[in-house]
Amino acid sequence: MRELKITPIKNGTVIDHISNGLALEVLRILGVQTIDKDSTVSVALHVRSGKLGWKDIVKVENMELSPRKSNAIALIAPTATISIIRDFKVREKRPVDLPERIVGVLRCPNPNCITNQPEPVESEFEVTQRRPTVLTCAYCDREVEDFLHHLA
Amino acid sequence: MTLRGRDLISVRDLSREEIEELLASARKMIPYAEGTKAMHPLANKIVAMAFFEPSTRTRLSFESAVERLGGTCVTIADASVTSMRKGESLHDTIRMLSSYADAIVIRHPSEGSARLAARASDRPVVNAGDGAGQHPTQTLLDLATMHEAFGTLSGLKVVLLGDLKFGRTVHSLAQALALFGCEVVLSSPPSLALPDQARRRLRQSGARVTDEEDVRRAMKDADVLYVTRIQKERFGDLAEYEKVAGSYRIDAALLQDAKPRLIVMHPLPRAGEIAPDVDGTPHAAYFRQSFLAVPVRMALLDAILGGPRRGAG
Ligand SMILES: Nc1ncnc2c1ncn2[C@@H]1O[C@H](COP(=O)(O)OP(=O)(O)O)[C@@H](O)[C@H]1O
Ligand SMILES: [Zn+2]
Repeated sequence: MRELKITPIKNGTVIDHISNGLALEVLRILGVQTIDKDSTVSVALHVRSGKLGWKDIVKVENMELSPRKSNAIALIAPTATISIIRDFKVREKRPVDLPERIVGVLRCPNPNCITNQPEPVESEFEVTQRRPTVLTCAYCDREVEDFLHHLA
Repeated sequence: MTLRGRDLISVRDLSREEIEELLASARKMIPYAEGTKAMHPLANKIVAMAFFEPSTRTRLSFESAVERLGGTCVTIADASVTSMRKGESLHDTIRMLSSYADAIVIRHPSEGSARLAARASDRPVVNAGDGAGQHPTQTLLDLATMHEAFGTLSGLKVVLLGDLKFGRTVHSLAQALALFGCEVVLSSPPSLALPDQARRRLRQSGARVTDEEDVRRAMKDADVLYVTRIQKERFGDLAEYEKVAGSYRIDAALLQDAKPRLIVMHPLPRAGEIAPDVDGTPHAAYFRQSFLAVPVRMALLDAILGGPRRGAG
């Protein structure tokens, strides 16, 4: 059964299978204000899903995700899938994928970390454990688990 | 040795074999550290001491190590007299220093500063303490002290005592002990217990770790009693501090029950954790520990920077 709760888009990105309740965080990562002003962003909350029970979906017209944003989404919504829509068709579909290093997406939770001082460097974390994900600051060695609270 | 040109930021940057080689080399450095023999593997080499935080013993021992190896030091002894005051970033300061020196030794109050320095510098960087983070040469000299006393590290039973939460030396020491298959006993008041992250890492690295709040029981069959400073500033309540500090005080009477060969270590300066009456016992190893600072740092600098060895060393 093909069901589109929201108006189809011609070109853009669909982020599907977001764990229920996290769509707004995904929007925060996308940075809604930076999205092209003629594009529509649609959000579906609490949608029935076989796999997850309930899920959220975010669709953005005329936008393809940068690797950095895709990494950030992978952190907070590891079950998400990303579909690239071109000419109303799904041209590419992939699960989000957590790389080995996350650069610039999070702030280090250690207030005394050098990356929280005015230095010309970006934060950098190594993925030191998967499922559940644990990141370790490449500078001060502090571990982070609650990513939502440390998005840069 | 494989350390040539490398940074030393965390003791985890070193393999067990590399640590063993450094300890063996440190032993050979002793007569050179005492000045009874001379060598110049660092001739024509300049080592920058970038100390952005007051420190005497660490800085002086590094400076002696450089001079004993025939090298020269340039020193930033206090952040307030440098460009840091004018708002220059650490990154840029290190970048500049790395064009004046062959290696940089850094002490800085922020965690991760040494890693940042290593990335900013195209010369090797040695971490001499980054805030509450790592202090790998301290760990090496702790290991050297144990190695000298027992001829080995593997299988030793080591009690880490006192402030295991803020004491920056204990986290990396515990990690290194795990590498050598030591048995680690954690003995601290609950408020100063080893943080979860450090504990989890220890377990992951296969260490045998136990907890024993009571000093007397923790000491049973131990080879090493590693005492740390319990800082007054960590307590809101002075009475609470007195109570805790009192129950972690080591004196000669307490040591009567210890193994005859047990050694007592302390990173110094001590503030009453070890009674002066321990100094005269064969257990006291803390002065030897501070003496070994120079030969250990010599071994490290020689491994990182030294020229080819002439003759037998
Ligand atoms: N033209 C389109 N406009 C907007 N959303 C679309 C379009 N085509 C597909 N989608 C959405 O993209 C996601 C992936 O599509 P598809 O692979 O067909 O579905 P599913 O993942 O449910 O099997 C789904 O959420 C679907 O609703
Ligand atoms: Zn950090």
